[in-house]
Amino acid sequence: MELTGAEIAIRCLQEEGVEYIFGYPGGAVLHIYDALFQQEKVKHILVRHEQAAIHAADGYARSSEKVGVALVTSGPGITNAVTGIATAYMDSIPMVVISGQVPSYAIGEDAFQEVDAVGITRPCVKHNFLVKDVKDIATTIKKAFYLAKSGRPGPVLVDIPKDISNQKTEFLYPDSVNIRSYNPVGKGDIAQVKQAVQLLLGAKRPMVYSGGGVVLSGASTQLTELVRLLGFPCTNTLMGLGAYPAGDKQFVGMPGMHGTYEACMAMQHCDVLLAVGARFDDRVVGNVEHFAQVPRKIIHIDIDPSSIAKRVKVDVPVVGDLKLVLEQMLDVLRSSKQMPDASNLATWWKQVDEWRVKGGGLRYKNSTEIIKPQFVIEKLYEITGGDAFVTSDVGQHQMWAAQYYKFNKPRRWINSGGLGTMGFGLPAAMGVQLINPGATVACVTGEGSIQMNIQELSTCKQFHLPIKVVSLNNRYLGMVRQWQEFFHGNRYAESYMDALPDFVKLAEAYGHVGMRIDKPSDVEPALKEAFARKKDLVFMDFQTDPTENVFPMVPGGKGLSEVILSEDL
Amino acid sequence: MRHIISLLMENEAGALSRVAGLFSARGYNIESLAVAPTEDPTLSRMTIVTSGSDAVIEQINKQLNKLIDVAAVMDLSEGEHLERELMLVKVRAEGKAREELKRKMAVFNGRLIDESDRTCTVELTDTCAKLDEFLQVIGRDLILETVRTGASGIGRGERILKL
Repeated sequence: MELTGAEIAIRCLQEEGVEYIFGYPGGAVLHIYDALFQQEKVKHILVRHEQAAIHAADGYARSSEKVGVALVTSGPGITNAVTGIATAYMDSIPMVVISGQVPSYAIGEDAFQEVDAVGITRPCVKHNFLVKDVKDIATTIKKAFYLAKSGRPGPVLVDIPKDISNQKTEFLYPDSVNIRSYNPVGKGDIAQVKQAVQLLLGAKRPMVYSGGGVVLSGASTQLTELVRLLGFPCTNTLMGLGAYPAGDKQFVGMPGMHGTYEACMAMQHCDVLLAVGARFDDRVVGNVEHFAQVPRKIIHIDIDPSSIAKRVKVDVPVVGDLKLVLEQMLDVLRSSKQMPDASNLATWWKQVDEWRVKGGGLRYKNSTEIIKPQFVIEKLYEITGGDAFVTSDVGQHQMWAAQYYKFNKPRRWINSGGLGTMGFGLPAAMGVQLINPGATVACVTGEGSIQMNIQELSTCKQFHLPIKVVSLNNRYLGMVRQWQEFFHGNRYAESYMDALPDFVKLAEAYGHVGMRIDKPSDVEPALKEAFARKKDLVFMDFQTDPTENVFPMVPGGKGLSEVILSEDL
Repeated sequence: MRHIISLLMENEAGALSRVAGLFSARGYNIESLAVAPTEDPTLSRMTIVTSGSDAVIEQINKQLNKLIDVAAVMDLSEGEHLERELMLVKVRAEGKAREELKRKMAVFNGRLIDESDRTCTVELTDTCAKLDEFLQVIGRDLILETVRTGASGIGRGERILKL
């Protein structure tokens, strides 16, 4: 039987086992929405802005191992989606975005709601397609899913002109696709793996630096096993939090701009660094010249060769899927029957522990007068038993959440690490809640970020998503204010958030529960009450200290050991 | 250092813009870029002349390989290779100057492909450096138009880039 292109597109999603798609209708996708309407397998979540559709699909993907799917119309539909797509691209999130396009015969004529979707998204997708023949829809969507989730994952766009979605052809969904120019790697080169293991065994001051790739590859178990077997200190980047349990004694915290003192110092002073699915980005290693002053051997495992030796020189590169490579390393290590020298390791740990003491751990001066943002996160951690899915927006609150919520499992910490997209948290939480029904989902945000996608409170109402919004309201774009205080002579250019809405009334207007918390003594009771309301979205507007800064801090462009500790101590 | 990179890519709409976009987005140099389909019409062969430090060239190779439409990449300058560029140059050639031009053209193994009362058009195929040299010998004052294809490169002997 012949089906329309639109029907085929939806059938493809069914074949891929897609449960939810996030989208917003419009002229160019009317046929696809019509096909969606006439079936029940794929459920559609109507967002209030296309950017949110992408972030929701993104949160859905990050918190599961699935591909997120979004559907948007042509023109402004796809341009609104671009921020979300770029966010997913920077963090290598598997995603398929289907966009409508003006009819193929009108392309290039500046038709109503026409934009070159493939051109506009080209620098921020793993790949994209413009479907020019209805017969190509099924294979194109199959390819899109394959590309999105294989190799280094990423978003893939499929742009379907309106006339193509209305033409008919036989539907045949291929079992597999072969793309001759694309061959993702699996295992690592065994000689490289052996060399890496030898280097680790001979290390005197070893350090494991693991990133978001470990989460994406599902290699958390293998990483944890290797680190424990070797007895080395381990750090997780912002994107990798939870991949190695934060509660473990070998965990030294997050490295980089707002990482712990001990993580920064150990990264800087180690003699062998094992980088696993991390990319030495500027927020981790601010100044590569400074980093290179200390001689060390670097082993870098990554699925993407272009991530290796991009910012720092690497001695032993291993290209492969982290999960498989780490298994290879475990095998080689076990069969070697060797272990790193215990006395060297003990000396190194003594040094690391001294840094732990000197850094004083993550700390802040609590107050009985004014709510400290860190205190809210600590209480959030306690009350949720450390087991919530935590999404965040971008800024100081993001760093405090990353520092003070101790993630012990992967895929629990959902944030825009690479692109740093404000407005990510709430829509991402929607995707997380949908794929994890019944789970506790908290969105840590601020009064600045939340207003970038506040309209999604309406989506949350429609689809009964009981997200707990933890807003650290300091009346400032806090991270901007912090940089202005440190580096721009206290000139707070446009970082004060004036004319804020009454968030309690706003939450209520959307049909949710709103709470305003002014006193430190009310923090815990408020959180308890909010999280006890299993069925409600509760918006907690915490009035926090506007002058609080994030510490430790490695200023931009500085070296890891040039870390500034809390000014209070 | 100057590098000449060859690649095979899917002969599809937009493939060229992916390569060009990669170079501009990441701030890499393109000195020239030449592209056309191969004996297999589904594949295009591209030759890119670029320059950069070793680290930049390594990244260029890796980033090109990462493009889904790119099937194979070879840095020709890493081994023995040949390169040729085609140039068409229209020169003001009146009176004695015409004889002078023809003499110089012969030295460079050029071909006269068009003549009018006041102009000559020369076709020249050689290395980029040789073409530069020819232009210098003729002199900017007499040159009316220069059209160059950019270098095309191929490995020597058994050095083959094929799927």
